[in-house]
Amino acid sequence: MTTPSPEGPEPIEASDPDFWHLRESYTFDRNVIAEIRRAANTGIYRIRGWGAKRRLPTLDDLVFLGASMSRYPLEGYREACGTDVVIGEDRAERPVHLKIPVTIAGMSFGSLSAQAKEALGRGASAAGTSTTTGDGGMTDEERQHSATLVYQYLPSRYGMNPDHLRAADAIEVVVGQGAKPGGGGMLLGQKITERVAEMRTLPEGIDQRSACRHPDWTGPDDLEIKIGELREITDWQIPVYVKVGAARPYYDTALAVKAGADAVVVDGMQGGTAATQDVFIEHVGIPTVAAIGESVRALRELGVHRREVKLIVAGGIRSGADVAKALALGADAASIGTAALIAIGDNDPAHESEYRALGASAGFWDDFQAGNDPAGITTQDPELSARLDPVLAGRRLANYLQVLTIETQILARANGKSHVLNLEPEDLAALTVEAAAMAKVPLAGTNWIPGTP
Amino acid sequence: MSGVRTFDLAEATRRDLNGALHAAGAGGRFEVLNPRGAHAVACGITADIDVVVRGSVGYYCAGMHQRGRVLVEGNASTGLAENIMSGTVRITGNATMSAAATGCGGLVVVGGNAGARCGISMKGVDIVVGGDAGHMSAFMAQAGNLVVCGDAAADLGDSIYEARIFVRGDVESLGADCVEKEMRPEHVDTLARLLAAAASTVEGADPAEFRRYGSARRLYNFNIDDVDALARAAGR
Repeated sequence: MTTPSPEGPEPIEASDPDFWHLRESYTFDRNVIAEIRRAANTGIYRIRGWGAKRRLPTLDDLVFLGASMSRYPLEGYREACGTDVVIGEDRAERPVHLKIPVTIAGMSFGSLSAQAKEALGRGASAAGTSTTTGDGGMTDEERQHSATLVYQYLPSRYGMNPDHLRAADAIEVVVGQGAKPGGGGMLLGQKITERVAEMRTLPEGIDQRSACRHPDWTGPDDLEIKIGELREITDWQIPVYVKVGAARPYYDTALAVKAGADAVVVDGMQGGTAATQDVFIEHVGIPTVAAIGESVRALRELGVHRREVKLIVAGGIRSGADVAKALALGADAASIGTAALIAIGDNDPAHESEYRALGASAGFWDDFQAGNDPAGITTQDPELSARLDPVLAGRRLANYLQVLTIETQILARANGKSHVLNLEPEDLAALTVEAAAMAKVPLAGTNWIPGTP
Repeated sequence: MSGVRTFDLAEATRRDLNGALHAAGAGGRFEVLNPRGAHAVACGITADIDVVVRGSVGYYCAGMHQRGRVLVEGNASTGLAENIMSGTVRITGNATMSAAATGCGGLVVVGGNAGARCGISMKGVDIVVGGDAGHMSAFMAQAGNLVVCGDAAADLGDSIYEARIFVRGDVESLGADCVEKEMRPEHVDTLARLLAAAASTVEGADPAEFRRYGSARRLYNFNIDDVDALARAAGR
């Protein structure tokens, strides 16, 4: 759709003497022009996967200060640096025990192939962490391959089954998602195969647009009653999380705590999606780096931070540095979706010729809604999905999770911390005024946090 | 009643009640006294048991119900029998919002009126309302049958999928993509069966008095134009 016509000449290059007479508009760049042309041709808004792609303030805008004269570092490999996280020990008979502070975010069977779901389960289980179902219910394979499985409770209630609820290790009530706070899920007809249609009680091949609001509760007072019902149905065995898109994280977190959540999952605007309107992905919600501190502020004021209610942060987490910074700002764990898919083979340059045939390129592919993923991940096509070896892909994910964990420990030890959850905002400095204001840590080399006296 | 275990919620806790219901084997019989609007009463039942609640209940009574039978002698608040999978839930009085929301199977009978969004996102449940149904009932309804013996308020069946709606009285307005459909013999049979099943709670009605509503299926797929293809075909 956005590729140049194959019959026409190649786009002009800098070696052409005319090149420097041409000036591309900053406002109407070629990407904007291509999108206007696409809209004019089809009459439909752009739908795609992935999260926000434009330049945003990120956790890269923060640095750790490290140890120095006034505090001493810990020896790598020799001195212990714990990474475990427990969720729900206050109210649930069976709290969730994670060996590492990184979880796998909710992604549905339907949006992902059965092989991809299996790979996520295998990798997460090997690393000692949890996976999460998505909008479409729990498959038997998914339960079998995930040692710790979080069951999402979504507005659409597609595939919602109380037997699965009781078979889960935790429940995540989804209020919103970082890619689209205020929007429901989508799954286009190419991916509504017979099995997916049956799980969701929908006609095969329809373009599914999920509900954006829960059908039987509205607002935090109702949610409190709903969480009570979920606890009653599961006999108070398992924790209940509440997931929100990063919109008003201070208030949303406070209200989730008031409603009785054991964990609040806050998903920043870089958080991915399988299919959402581009205008939603790029223009609704706030960046992850801006959301964490506000959620933590709410938890601290309510006296539950690092105690009864845990904070899980998601949205554009890529490295141990991101995880460590999220923890230092006050999160108890970070959650990955897009990065996990990349680890198991999404956007693999090995498929370059096929990406090109689809009008994309490795590193750019985001048409997860189209169901023709060459990597066999975001598809229901049996031939494409058979390309993904769930055992090898699971091993890749386990390796990646191990790297995230060790990187997090490296940074924690460098700051003299014997547990990754001992990282604190005082270990950080900001490289930009924006990040200093958003994350509420001082601009590097100053004591200045914009907005504070 | 002999062999009936009684829970008086003026003294026992909701946890006591629901824990006992979850532990009960098939054939168990229970009576709940003084519910006084408690929430999530008799939710998450999985066994083939009978529960009678003497009084009105709050939110999510008989939520996610499976197999057994629950009778409420009174009214129910939001989310009665939400996500019911099988079995039967009956109430003699009125139900407020979102009765039988997202229900996947079984039968829900409301003797009185049902409030807004009755049967929202229903996925296979059968619902019989003796009185009227509130606005946006059967919103995004995917499968199953909603029978309304009285009138239906505005935007009935908005964005409906394959569920069927039968209304005896007036329909204030139909929602997006919901249209009146022909009552064929199999629909009359279905309706007669559901009215018979509801007979202990809802007064008898003649299936011939009902009209059927369902999806026009115009919202099932995006409407995507391709002007480029037209231009190519026209040689431009």
